Amino acid sequence: MKLLLSRPSVWVPLLVLLLLASVPLVAQATGETFYIAFFARIIIYAIAACALNIALGYGGLVSFGHSLFLGLGSYAVGLAAFHGIGSGWVHLLVCLVACGLVGLVTGAISLRTSGIAFIMITLAFAQMGYFLFVSLKAYGGDDGQSIAMGSRFGPFDLSSATNVYIAAFVVLVLSLWWLARLRVAPFGMVIRGARQNLRRVNAAGIPARRYQLLAYVISGMLCGVAGLLLANLNAFASPSTLAWSVSGELIVIVVIGGLGSVFGPLLGALVFLGLEEALKGVTEHWMVIFGPLIVLVALLGKRGIVGLLEHFDARAPVNASTTVPIAEHAAIDATSTARKTT
Amino acid sequence: MSSTLVLAQLLNGLQYGVLLFLLAAGLTLVFGIMSFVNLAHGSLYMMGAYFAATAFQYTGSFGLAVTAAMGGALLLGLVLELAVVARLYRRDHLDHVLATFGLVLFFNELVRIVWGSQPVFLQVPDFLSGAIDMGGFSYPSYRFAIILVGLAVAVGSWMLINKTRVGMLIRAGAVNPAMVAALGVNIRLLNAMLFAVGAMLAGLAGAMAGPILSVQSGMGESVLITTLVVIVIGGIGSVTGAFYAALIVGIVDTMGRVFLPLILRQMTERSFADAAGPALASMLVYLLMAVVLAWRPQGLFPANR
Amino acid sequence: MTTPNTSFRRTALTLAALTCAGIGHLASAATIGIMAPLSGPIAVVGQDQVDGFMLAVEQLGGKLGGQAATVLKEDDQLKPEIGGQIVRKFIDKDKVDAIVGLSFSNVMMASLPRIAESGTVAIATNAGPSPVAGAGCKANVFSTAWQNDGAAEAMGKFAQDRGVKKVYLMAPNYQAGKDMLSGFKRYFKGQIVEEVYTQVNQPDYSAELAQLQAAKPDAAFVFYPGGMGVNFIKQMAQAGLMTKVPLYSVFTVDGTTLPALRDAAVGSISGAMWDAALDTPESKKFVAAFEAKYKRTPSEYAATAYDAANLLNIALGKVKPGDSKALAAAVRAAGDELKSVRGPFAFNNNNMPVQNYYAFETVKDGGRITGKLLATPLTKHVDAYHTQCAQK
Repeated sequence: MKLLLSRPSVWVPLLVLLLLASVPLVAQATGETFYIAFFARIIIYAIAACALNIALGYGGLVSFGHSLFLGLGSYAVGLAAFHGIGSGWVHLLVCLVACGLVGLVTGAISLRTSGIAFIMITLAFAQMGYFLFVSLKAYGGDDGQSIAMGSRFGPFDLSSATNVYIAAFVVLVLSLWWLARLRVAPFGMVIRGARQNLRRVNAAGIPARRYQLLAYVISGMLCGVAGLLLANLNAFASPSTLAWSVSGELIVIVVIGGLGSVFGPLLGALVFLGLEEALKGVTEHWMVIFGPLIVLVALLGKRGIVGLLEHFDARAPVNASTTVPIAEHAAIDATSTARKTT
Repeated sequence: MSSTLVLAQLLNGLQYGVLLFLLAAGLTLVFGIMSFVNLAHGSLYMMGAYFAATAFQYTGSFGLAVTAAMGGALLLGLVLELAVVARLYRRDHLDHVLATFGLVLFFNELVRIVWGSQPVFLQVPDFLSGAIDMGGFSYPSYRFAIILVGLAVAVGSWMLINKTRVGMLIRAGAVNPAMVAALGVNIRLLNAMLFAVGAMLAGLAGAMAGPILSVQSGMGESVLITTLVVIVIGGIGSVTGAFYAALIVGIVDTMGRVFLPLILRQMTERSFADAAGPALASMLVYLLMAVVLAWRPQGLFPANR
Repeated sequence: MTTPNTSFRRTALTLAALTCAGIGHLASAATIGIMAPLSGPIAVVGQDQVDGFMLAVEQLGGKLGGQAATVLKEDDQLKPEIGGQIVRKFIDKDKVDAIVGLSFSNVMMASLPRIAESGTVAIATNAGPSPVAGAGCKANVFSTAWQNDGAAEAMGKFAQDRGVKKVYLMAPNYQAGKDMLSGFKRYFKGQIVEEVYTQVNQPDYSAELAQLQAAKPDAAFVFYPGGMGVNFIKQMAQAGLMTKVPLYSVFTVDGTTLPALRDAAVGSISGAMWDAALDTPESKKFVAAFEAKYKRTPSEYAATAYDAANLLNIALGKVKPGDSKALAAAVRAAGDELKSVRGPFAFNNNNMPVQNYYAFETVKDGGRITGKLLATPLTKHVDAYHTQCAQK
């Protein structure tokens, strides 16, 4: 416990999670039900940011097209509901399959390039998705698609904001836990190593590109799940979810939170969307403040909020035990292991 | 489907391509030499249009408006370079994307605060407001003017890069910036100049586009994405590549938008063609880019390295 | 440099402040939420709505129905998702008495489920989508603007009456665009040469204009609101087509686009339920007051919002605060009492307006670009969907 308290980078996010868990109860009690939907949206974007973190934070793949998966997840619900299918399991299946396939195809093509070309091509694929959904007049086109019924998972129905909140919160907690495990698992190590030095990973006999592709596909699928929840929250699927500015916002969220960290996406989403709402209350020209803030974030470095919190972590003793704590920088270990083999 | 219609659409495509080139030229150089991803290029285009509109309001002269646009954009580019961009050269692309994304949001809101949300009025100059008759078809003279201006800039920039000393430094800087700096050339000044000139060209494009398009907040977004597609297809760092790619993209996009639905109607039933046609036409340019990248990731006319 | 404690504290404080702000609103007498697009290419429309509404409130001494009015303004950015969030905020957090504006048809449709569920009175000042006019009509959802097809139907009738034989149709590819063109076709019996749907917010119409020219129609009918209208008309004028092809339009040449178009729009004919050139005492007073306050000529979007404010003034004076069902009934009844700037006005069974639609020509009058009333193709027009509405 003392170890936990001495590391703000761990207990602050955990406290945030605890507070988020209490939001539905507090909101119902005080009658301010608006906040359930407000924080549900934050949690959903946090999930999407977690997904992007796998590709961008861990894998170093700057994807400017993740709004594509968010949109695919939304429309999985939208199209299924349009055809009268209300079962949440079907929605989830369609969502995962669609995102998986699209992620596989677009990822395979995109990963043939690197650097700016990669950024551009992921953007292009998101744009293609956007125009595709805009042109589908049968499913609302530019107007979007109203969703009459929420996804039903047995007795649990995602048609109220509270239920969406509960589902999203569960998904978030699971995602964070999984992200933490992934970071130090062999798969996570490979893609993190590939971000730093692709050639070395290949030289170690590991086909890095395949791992990157898998990371991209997984990232897309999780983002699709966020889209599914978003569609249920809004009771609406719209092509505007696929706009490139959404991809940009997701990147900003991941970076603000702390690129490649576990809790970064959650803190980033909270700060980004919370700040947006707070600024909106101050002035209608809030963008003129928000824009330069983002510029500042870029200028000041990518450690983000988590990096800031880690600054206050108590230093671990030199002769540490062999078990590696989750928040430790395993990258250092990866490099030192690689050094031993060369 | 007459030949004059095809000719008119080709001219439209050419004009669009030339406008894209004005934007792509500056962007690809900044990209290729400083390796800097500048999403705010569309905002410089927008500011150019606003400067031109304001100058036109006060002076009534289109020539002065264009000069104001170019000068204003040049200054703005210099300021941005010194304040923000220069600090980010050593960082990776993600930081560039972030910073310039923030700048885009900032400029969009700034013009709303200063000029309001209504589209601003910028008029085609009187001596260009007519139309040229081409065998029963009238084509706006102003658009011809855009084509001429764009071609002039293309020739000018080719000469600058290939026939002058500064051009030589630019080409050398594209290949090995450290070496150029070691040779005693003030690479910081060169970079700042390059960025400013790119901004100036974007401002020129904005001023030229202002009379035919609506001058309003956010006008840079759509054209920015297409410009990025152009420089990726053309090859990053290559102005020649940007020129050819801009023309290709301009013509493919325009012809695709017009003729694809018609072609589809011959092959499938009308309602499907009318729905799928516009979709495929919009996606065409991106499909083109994906194909080019899959086949030749370095672009069609890459700068020699 | 913030410490982890302060960054967390800040979030908590913001939360607390927002909560207090929310509770604070409950105490106000009449709270109205205006939702309009205040950014992007369509921002002119939203701004006119807000300005029109606020002008009326100011003229009423800051009161609606005798109660002090608090007006909240939110920008939906023409995005359905954001519109849904704003409506939720208005209903759940701010506890407004009525929501006004509701932006364009696509945003309105996305917000509708929450509005219907809560029973809060909603007055659309910029749309009247066919689903809401027909089977989806709701007792608490009104439009002081029009049923979407209305102005287009007027143009269709006008063109038909003028003996136009072949028409070329163009509109952006979304619900309102389709509604406009189908409205035109309902009354125009001649030949439709071509029906073209362009991308929403497409900037360059040179390709489509070349097609239009090649088709050689008797006239063209288009619907391009906001920035799209400015682009389209400018480019059409530059191609020399304004003199070759008579242009009939709705919501394309109006108070929001004329300042940017000026001479380019001269000669075009537009259909609307109101224009600043309309010669009624209420209209003249409204235009004079608007021009004095905002230094620009109002568009029909400002007129609809102005009427909505006056409507609420009548209705709110008759009910107790907090009873949305009674307010809805009062709004419906107020429709008959309202002295609208557009002339005759009443609500139909589907809460859509029953009103005149006029045809205006854009003319140059001694250096000023203004409208001239040509005819009233449809008087006290009832929309085509009201029979599908189950309400009385």
